[in-house]
Amino acid sequence: MEKFTTHTGIGVPLRQSNVDTDQIIPAVYLKRITRTGFEDALFAAWRKDPSFILNQAPFSAGSVLVAGPDFGTGSSREHAVWALKDYGFKTVLSSRFADIFRGNSGKQGLLAAEVAQDDIELIWKELENAPGTEVTVDLVSKTVQCGNIVAPFEIDDYTRWRLLEGLDDIGLTLKHEEDITAYEATRPSFKPKTLPARLS
Amino acid sequence: MAKTLAEKVWDAHVVRKGDGEGANAQPDLLFIDLHLVHEVTSPQAFEGLRLAGRKLRRPDLTIATEDHNTPTLDIDKPIADLTSRTQIQTLRNNCQEFGVRLHSLGDAEQGIVHVVGPQLGLTQPGMTVVCGDSHTSTHGAFGALAMGIGTSEVEHVMATQTLSLKPFKTMAINVEGTLRPGVSAKDIILAVIAKIGTGGGQGYVLEYRGSAIRALSMEARMTICNMSIEAGARAGLVAPDQTTYDYMFGRPHAPEGAEWDAAVEYWNTLSTDDGAAFDVEVDLDADTLEPFVTWGTNPGQGVSLSANVPSPDDFGDENAKAAAERALQYMGLEAGTPMKDIRVDTVFLGSCTNSRMEDLRAAADIIRGRTKDPNIRMLVVPGSARVRLEAEAEGLDKVFKDFGAEWRFAGCSMCLGMNPDQLEVGERCASTSNRNFEGRQGKGGRTHLVSPVVAAATAVRGTLSSPSDLDPAPESAAVRVDAA
Repeated sequence: MEKFTTHTGIGVPLRQSNVDTDQIIPAVYLKRITRTGFEDALFAAWRKDPSFILNQAPFSAGSVLVAGPDFGTGSSREHAVWALKDYGFKTVLSSRFADIFRGNSGKQGLLAAEVAQDDIELIWKELENAPGTEVTVDLVSKTVQCGNIVAPFEIDDYTRWRLLEGLDDIGLTLKHEEDITAYEATRPSFKPKTLPARLS
Repeated sequence: MAKTLAEKVWDAHVVRKGDGEGANAQPDLLFIDLHLVHEVTSPQAFEGLRLAGRKLRRPDLTIATEDHNTPTLDIDKPIADLTSRTQIQTLRNNCQEFGVRLHSLGDAEQGIVHVVGPQLGLTQPGMTVVCGDSHTSTHGAFGALAMGIGTSEVEHVMATQTLSLKPFKTMAINVEGTLRPGVSAKDIILAVIAKIGTGGGQGYVLEYRGSAIRALSMEARMTICNMSIEAGARAGLVAPDQTTYDYMFGRPHAPEGAEWDAAVEYWNTLSTDDGAAFDVEVDLDADTLEPFVTWGTNPGQGVSLSANVPSPDDFGDENAKAAAERALQYMGLEAGTPMKDIRVDTVFLGSCTNSRMEDLRAAADIIRGRTKDPNIRMLVVPGSARVRLEAEAEGLDKVFKDFGAEWRFAGCSMCLGMNPDQLEVGERCASTSNRNFEGRQGKGGRTHLVSPVVAAATAVRGTLSSPSDLDPAPESAAVRVDAA
């Protein structure tokens, strides 16, 4: 995973709450077996509407998505994160993220920064008044800056550390393989195993 | 120290305690007892293992099935959609290469992953269960800590049989009282989501408690836990009891003999201690609950079936108001319209929420001896091939077919637009599934989430209806024909 310290790019105001992952990427695009190439699938249904924000310059070149509360609800599909990244987004700001989406973002190096809704409203206004305004998201200082607005954001320390260092999760866990093996030895024998298969 | 059920299950699975405390705490590393796999969220994870030269650590704690992409007609023919066929074939290849047990289309144990696990007795109290699917919360009905995960985490579990998990908060959902006839588990969970909102459970593990929950069957508890994710919760669970054990006993992978006794002894410890504190408690009155239905485009936008479509002005919060305006426009609804005046085109009985035997029986009991509204298309999709066989043994297939419904093969079907079962643009559906998102059941489709008996009553009348709205069925036909 690439290290993330700070990012500056055009902010995209998405004035909508409850943006579920079915909207971020409809299920029909989930049939692929690759991890990349999902840029066209991002907000596929909404992008058919010419007035949708990503169909307007300069927002179409945006890389910081500024969304309403409860972003990424619903399905666990990591494809939602892949699609945002493939399109060019580096970070999403919202006052509240769905847990699974936030987790998936952290694994893939997309920064999900939790910003208070009052600050989101100020940033929306700034971006709408001056389209093309850049937003800087600084993971070191945990602040977001847009025009004259400077606002703090929340992210859990562990995810922040992993993003700053660009660390691979599986590699980190496998350093503790002895602990896993020790735990396995203590599991009660009544716990089920899928193999050998028992059928009704 | 007094602990909640969720904390007990968590503590029993800690492989390694995270370093540090408070804001600097690292997550605990938890052991995963069961990993359920399906075709959609696994190909990139298997590919990741291959690229890194890693093995699947515990094939014996992993099981796969095919559900999201699979057609529910002509299952003996090759899948027509090429990308779907490729994805299914990729799962088959991966399972063979990594030694994973797979129940493929056509197999008696194939079906929706969350129906298959409990049915085989693989889901048991006190376990940690994960799957690359948000409705993994279903398995919480057994007192298991069950969570949906993304593909990166699927790969992590494959490689290590563990997950690094952030600590959670606990929420008690207390449901006291007795449900009235025609009111079911689906109505409880829809009412809970309407009450706490789609983000209300965020960061929490929900424990459903109270006399109304204790009175529910295992299948009804699964319906409730299934939709915990629609309230944003990380998981939802119910403490195991005799109902749980009766359901488990004799299932293929349930413990036997002395192992059963040891298991029950452990399972009996799995309840929230007296004096354990929840971070939040929410109360719901079962006595006064009515059948519930959604009017909007997220599962929190629901009302009693006897109510009217709300107006955006009913919402104080600006975001909720804007969301309501947008939802009404998408749904093609006018504020103030009685919900029961809404005419639907399609009724879908199925999905991991409501596709088990009791769901099919409850719907069949409503339609038996009655006539379907001629303009309604009704799809009945059993959750698994096993459910389909059992239903046919009871003659339920005949009840549905006589009524004019389509009796399909098992799969996720019309719950999500990944297989041939989809709504047309503007088509309105009363659906026993779990999500009413824009386009979820097909591009431009309009979804009202309902219980199986409301779905059945709606199929009779053609408008959203509760069983109590129906004229009495002819006496002779209303008597249920017991299994021969």
